[in-house]
Amino acid sequence: MYLNTCLRLLHDAEQRLAESFRQVARGHRAEADLAALADLLADQCCDHLAELAPLVRRYREQPTDEPERPPLAALSGVRSGPLGLVRDLQDLYLLASFVAITWTLLRQAGQTIHDAEILHAVDWCQAQTDEQLAWLRTRLAEAAPQALIAS
Amino acid sequence: MSEQPVVPDRVADPWGRRTPYPAGGNWPTRVDEHLVAGVSADQVRQWVTSACVLCSNGCGLRIGVADGRVVGVRGQAGDRVNRGRLGPKGLYGWQGQQRDRLTTPLVRAEGGELVACDWDTAMNRVVARSRELLDRWGPLSHAFYTSGQLLLEEYYTLSVIGKAGLGTPHMDGNTRLCTATADAALKESFGTDGQPACYADVDHCDTLVLHGHNAAETQTVLWARVLDRLAGPDRPRLVCVDPRRTEVARHADVHLPVRPGTNLALLNGLLREVLHRGWVDHDWVAAHTLGLDELARVVADYPAGRVADICGVSARDVLAAAEVFGTGQRVLSTVLQGVYQSHQATASACQVNNLHLLRGMLGRPGCGVLQMNGQPTAQNTRECGANGDLPGFRNWANPRHVRELAELWDVAEETIPHTGPPTHAMQIFRYAEQGSVRLLWIAGTNPAVSLPDLDRVRRILGGDTVFVVVSDAYLTETAELADVVLPSALWGEKTGTFTNTDRTVHLAEQAVPPPGQARGDLDTWLDYARRMGFRTRSGRPLPWWSTPAEAFAEWQRCSAGRPCDYTGMSYQALRERHGIQWPCTPDRPQGTERLYVDGVFNTDTDYCEDFGHELLTGAARTEQQHRATAPGGRALLRAAHHTEPPHGPNADYPLRLTTGRTVYHFHTRTKTGRAPQLAEAAPAPWVELSDVDARRLGVVEGDVVRLTTPQGSVELPARVVRAEPGTVFVPFHYGQRASESTLDGGRTHAANELVPTGWDPVSKQPVVKVCGVRVRRVGAGTGPAPAPELGAARRVVVGPPGATAAGGDRPCT
Ligand code: SF4
Repeated sequence: MYLNTCLRLLHDAEQRLAESFRQVARGHRAEADLAALADLLADQCCDHLAELAPLVRRYREQPTDEPERPPLAALSGVRSGPLGLVRDLQDLYLLASFVAITWTLLRQAGQTIHDAEILHAVDWCQAQTDEQLAWLRTRLAEAAPQALIAS
Repeated sequence: MSEQPVVPDRVADPWGRRTPYPAGGNWPTRVDEHLVAGVSADQVRQWVTSACVLCSNGCGLRIGVADGRVVGVRGQAGDRVNRGRLGPKGLYGWQGQQRDRLTTPLVRAEGGELVACDWDTAMNRVVARSRELLDRWGPLSHAFYTSGQLLLEEYYTLSVIGKAGLGTPHMDGNTRLCTATADAALKESFGTDGQPACYADVDHCDTLVLHGHNAAETQTVLWARVLDRLAGPDRPRLVCVDPRRTEVARHADVHLPVRPGTNLALLNGLLREVLHRGWVDHDWVAAHTLGLDELARVVADYPAGRVADICGVSARDVLAAAEVFGTGQRVLSTVLQGVYQSHQATASACQVNNLHLLRGMLGRPGCGVLQMNGQPTAQNTRECGANGDLPGFRNWANPRHVRELAELWDVAEETIPHTGPPTHAMQIFRYAEQGSVRLLWIAGTNPAVSLPDLDRVRRILGGDTVFVVVSDAYLTETAELADVVLPSALWGEKTGTFTNTDRTVHLAEQAVPPPGQARGDLDTWLDYARRMGFRTRSGRPLPWWSTPAEAFAEWQRCSAGRPCDYTGMSYQALRERHGIQWPCTPDRPQGTERLYVDGVFNTDTDYCEDFGHELLTGAARTEQQHRATAPGGRALLRAAHHTEPPHGPNADYPLRLTTGRTVYHFHTRTKTGRAPQLAEAAPAPWVELSDVDARRLGVVEGDVVRLTTPQGSVELPARVVRAEPGTVFVPFHYGQRASESTLDGGRTHAANELVPTGWDPVSKQPVVKVCGVRVRRVGAGTGPAPAPELGAARRVVVGPPGATAAGGDRPCT
């Protein structure tokens, strides 16, 4: 049983996503909507971390098979200009997608072992992650024409 | 200038004599008139049909003309909106059109100064730049930022030029600042824009709830109607949600002076009470709405005690307000800037819709929601697409709607921008700042005063990243920064229609010629389109029309079958019947009083204007998602949790700054600041401090204080008012070069110097109602602050016991 692996992956990924949202909020201050929203979304990731913490503790003793390849890294800084913004949002999208699919893995596992605590966590956290992805898709779609064609 | 004796002084008494009437009664007529000194009614040669364009009420009036000059106005007795009444702006504001007008085009010369020229020179310069940019960068290099004060015919023509001629999605109006949230909330809840209720609902209601709507100062004639109900038999109960002790608050049974930035928490609390106390019409909700479970789940977290803590009001008052709303049999709610210009604006406005949906209180006399408009012609910006939307409340994400327009305009579908939502004002300015919007055409608005973070706005307009064209009647703060300035005709100098908050369409006819070379914006844009050589697929000039009447006819074709159907109207019918409410079709020529009388909403996937958004982030829903929920005519109960305002108070900026309006002025005062009675009534800006905060800061009435936010600082004389401590108010009308009045002394005192840039994620309406601010006393003033002595700015009584200041506070009624 590798539930421990899954939980750790998710915990790490949420952490990296939170950090990256904060980077974007700070680094793209001139995009007034991003500054406010990205911070809010980082807060959501932190809420997810708090929800995950007791689960990680509960399954800590299980064996774990750490991935050989390091998972997606957090943003190491922000890019500049309209295209830079699009690229940063693309990176956020990758990170958030990884989080979302890992929540799906956790749901499948939790359903299999009838773990109500896991299922409760998945329920609201995954919904928020899905909204984060929807927001990133919306924002990217809006920014793309101007960045790719008119800049 | 003085008044005719037939009219009392509307400055001293903005709402006029009471004409009380009972529930269900007809609001009595009271005709208000103002003629300039020395002119009597029998000298007036001609009374020309029009309506007032100084707020969203759209009061019907006639323009008096003598010797080729406007000499006065008279309220239209038969008009459904005002029954003859006019407020201070309506009676006096038009005089501002007779001063300081631009009479020739101006272009920026080599030396950097603006110099007068003829139309050919100015238009050639615009067209040369436009052509060059279009060839090199395509349509995304062009943007338009217009107004809430132009006419339907102008908006629709511009919309066609932008979408079918150029093909740019970058088009917005300053309506983004006033009415975008009304629009967005109506789309989210009901599927399309369109005001559900109407003003006649004031006549029928037994309960009135005003959310962030200081009607007494923003729409004085609507407030007169309310006062007449309050003074009559069957007085309706009144709830006021407003941080300030406004005139509305003084008359309210329950006043909730919420902290700015907490509307959503309050509304969630009210919804919770409605659910818990069983004031829900369950059968109606089951038949006509979707989303009750999710709404109930969210609002369960907002018991009155928690709401009281968040909002800074008493739990008892929250419960009392809920009870008034929940037990009313005919409830009318109105919403305005206190909600729209705060953060979480759309989420909050949707909750007002939800309150009415839960009670099944829509579409019946006295039962409804008025998501108010701010500016007079904001509704036309929205329906014609000058706010960037597709005209006729069509959905950019619905390929069938795009195709309809392509056929109507005889252009390729690909020309019509529909890769995403239109670009909103703040984003247009961001693109201009970054240099990808290279030509910005501003018409009839003054962003150098009205947008947040003015320093930045002026830097963008004055910089060399963007070629700025300004069409305006005056050399505004914005025009001074332009590359080309085009002189515009104003109201009364051109013909066209416009639509008020309750869907009433008025015809505003030309009464006098425009001054000098000034001309209507319709003519200017048609001239631009002709010079650019825009054509339809079959080779006709685009737009192919030339006159206002032709533009109106084209708009009627565009509106056919959509919620804002105008096909049953004509200029002649509008002339005879004064105001007609859309939808108005050949089989319903009298127009339509209320929408959704059958509880069927415009949410069908193929018909709706928008597939909706997540309220917290603004993430867009797709067509598939929308179809999957199968709303099919049911209204959507959209829910969201309260969040703290992003630029709210903190240790360094401990007070809450909010901005707003005064009864005597409109927008940036380009007209009202030039009307002597109005300029005198509120000549210069001030800051309102609560008596508690003033005492703590050692400030007395008239002292000069410095307000500082991370964005900037201004110095203003203090008006000490009775209000909840912690909130500071500054009127937003006053620009840097506020007026010719010497009182201004050239100081910088625009409220928006202080306000950070930020907007609601769904409506994209800028947030100007809440940010943290620091206040320090600078020194003594020269007397009382130059604020009006009525309305929310009323002075607290000070001095020895027994003494009362002129116009001082009086007990809450
Ligand atoms: S209420 Fe509005 S429309 Fe009516 S007169 Fe006053 S400013 Fe004009």
